[in-house]
Amino acid sequence: MNNVFGNKRAVLVFLGPALLIYTVIMLVPVLWSLGYTLFTGSVITGFEFSGFDNFAKLFSDPKVGEALLFTLKYAVILTVGQVLVGYALSLLYVFWLRKASSLVRTLVFFPIVLPTVAVSLLFQKMFEVAPQNGIVNEFINLLGMPSVDWFGSADTAFLVLVIMDIWRSMGFYAVLLYAGLLDIPEEVMESARLDGAGGWTLIRRIVIPMSLPVLLSSIIFSINGTLKVFDSVLALTNGGPGSSTTPLTLLMFRTAFSYGDYGYGSTIALLLTVICLLVTVFIFRSSRRDLTKG
Amino acid sequence: MTTARTARLRRSLVPMVALAGAGALVLTGCSAGGSGSGGSGDGASEFTYLSLTENTAVADILTGLSTGACKAENDALPLKVTNQPQASIDQQLQLLAGQDALPTLFAAGNTPQLLKDLNDSGQVLDLKSTFDDLGVSDDLLPAATSTIDSLYGAEIALPTEFNVEGLWYNKQILEQNGITPPTTWDELTDAAAKLKSAGVQPFSASGEQGWPLTRLVGNYLFRTIGPDALQKVADGDAKLTDPEYVEAAAAVAQLGADGYFGDGVGSIDYDTSLNTFTTGKAAFLYMGSWALSAFNADTNEIGAENIGFVAFPDVAGGKGSNAQLAANVGVPIAVSKKGYNDKVGAWLTCIADNYGAASLGDQGVLSGFAVKDDSVEVPPLTAELQTTIDGSSDSVLWFEALFDAQATTTSQTNAAQLVTGAITPEKFMELVQADLGN
Repeated sequence: MNNVFGNKRAVLVFLGPALLIYTVIMLVPVLWSLGYTLFTGSVITGFEFSGFDNFAKLFSDPKVGEALLFTLKYAVILTVGQVLVGYALSLLYVFWLRKASSLVRTLVFFPIVLPTVAVSLLFQKMFEVAPQNGIVNEFINLLGMPSVDWFGSADTAFLVLVIMDIWRSMGFYAVLLYAGLLDIPEEVMESARLDGAGGWTLIRRIVIPMSLPVLLSSIIFSINGTLKVFDSVLALTNGGPGSSTTPLTLLMFRTAFSYGDYGYGSTIALLLTVICLLVTVFIFRSSRRDLTKG
Repeated sequence: MTTARTARLRRSLVPMVALAGAGALVLTGCSAGGSGSGGSGDGASEFTYLSLTENTAVADILTGLSTGACKAENDALPLKVTNQPQASIDQQLQLLAGQDALPTLFAAGNTPQLLKDLNDSGQVLDLKSTFDDLGVSDDLLPAATSTIDSLYGAEIALPTEFNVEGLWYNKQILEQNGITPPTTWDELTDAAAKLKSAGVQPFSASGEQGWPLTRLVGNYLFRTIGPDALQKVADGDAKLTDPEYVEAAAAVAQLGADGYFGDGVGSIDYDTSLNTFTTGKAAFLYMGSWALSAFNADTNEIGAENIGFVAFPDVAGGKGSNAQLAANVGVPIAVSKKGYNDKVGAWLTCIADNYGAASLGDQGVLSGFAVKDDSVEVPPLTAELQTTIDGSSDSVLWFEALFDAQATTTSQTNAAQLVTGAITPEKFMELVQADLGN
């Protein structure tokens, strides 16, 4: 192995093509986009150097503030929801369903395979109020309460979005965490049981600490995915009502491509990148500290 | 790391960096050099038309002409239609314009600003001088060209549609409730109150689209402040947050507060709003004359003879009048300057001569081209509307006509919230004004 890596020509042959493709389709556009943050204008009207104007605008723009707040709220609530429900499901698979869990696992995993747009349409119809009531409003009516215009106000639209995304992704996290739980040695569990640990104590003292690495991976996966939420919002609420469910990604997309302001759009993209980076570094750091303690 | 190893590493990195750099150059070279279908040296080699996926009327008429009246022109320069969804047409045009590869004909973007920008950068053909040169200027209706002029500040688009907008009403429902077609705002709100108490939904509107609601705000402004109401805002002489402007939003919000738009107006899409009216479930529908094709179709359950049209009503004490019809040119078609040559000129001459008759005859849609064929059969409702158009003195635009893309989006996405009461009229106008930024 050392010999291969010692040979620079071999390194070039192995790494070169991948590095070239990576450079051309990733690094160049990323740097290009970074460059755009200092410009204003569009491809039609031409670009003009504007210094740090875009950054000044970023910090005073109420739309960015609103979108940032929404993004963080969505990311935190959804990460907690996804990982908790996923973890609960994985515990269900391992401790209660055991060998019989494969059918349930497949069924719960199924929504992740479906296209987001299809799922969004499904939920739109389920929570519809006009032209006819969806199944949810029918059920509410059955209980004697009036129909709710779910997509008419910010809070209820957000609720539907959260329910949909948790339903869609819980199967994935359940399988991920299930794999982690399977890794816990049976002997450790057995000895804990012999020591009198059972039920909740077993989970708290043995299962959670031993599945912490995979739990952390899930959180990093989840928070990075949810910070970058785009398709489900676009398809379900299109950022509405008004702009109350518009995350940074959608604001960036609209600014750059619908309004033709590539410079400011890139600046919003940079903000999103920095947030993702900070969150990941923060989680990695805290996990490292935990491991050294353990 | 030893110096020798560093040197070796540096040597090995040099070709890699060079390779990456070359790759980047190839990539940028590709994007700059890619010429579109309309972009050969001496104008177009195909009569390419970038159409909106949602609007097939223009493409259908052009295709019809290519095998009929314009067959010779089509043989010389074949028509080729490509489609783009309306939601992404602006992006596509920006992309093509950036590569100097606009198709010969293209549907103008969602906001007039985009075509103005394209015109400023010299990519759009000036149709006034072109049509003068071709000797077909008389084929364009003056009302349509003046609308294009007030939209774009120049005649740079073909008026493939010429729409007037107003309130369509269900004659039967109005008669049953003893209501005469309203000519003032007070009469309209009284009629709505009467209909609501009789258990009929007064208005059908798509809050999902937003514009059918903001159109009401715009028209109210034209009636109270006058036809220049929104020009003043565009020029910075007035603000949407001024009390007389907020009054318009408040008047429309009140219609919503009174429940005149029915349930879940924010979720009603365009087709549903149209269906609600054509199935007799609502008394009024604010819509443009493009809906004539739907009204004249067999799917219209209430029948075209049962539909009437009134201009947006007067507001007491206002400076505008209901003789000023709201007009637009639908999604007009622009011509690429670079793609223009004699063969394109021949096509444009043929379109100018024949489009009006083809549009009215085949689609029942009024266009901004003169109808030169007397044998075209016009459905009664369409004929009635034509009479109304001929009798109107002046035309006005719509609420977002002079806004940029951002203010347009903000206006249309917040319209449903305005009528559901989720935001106040002041807040609505404040949000839109903030995006106008003057």
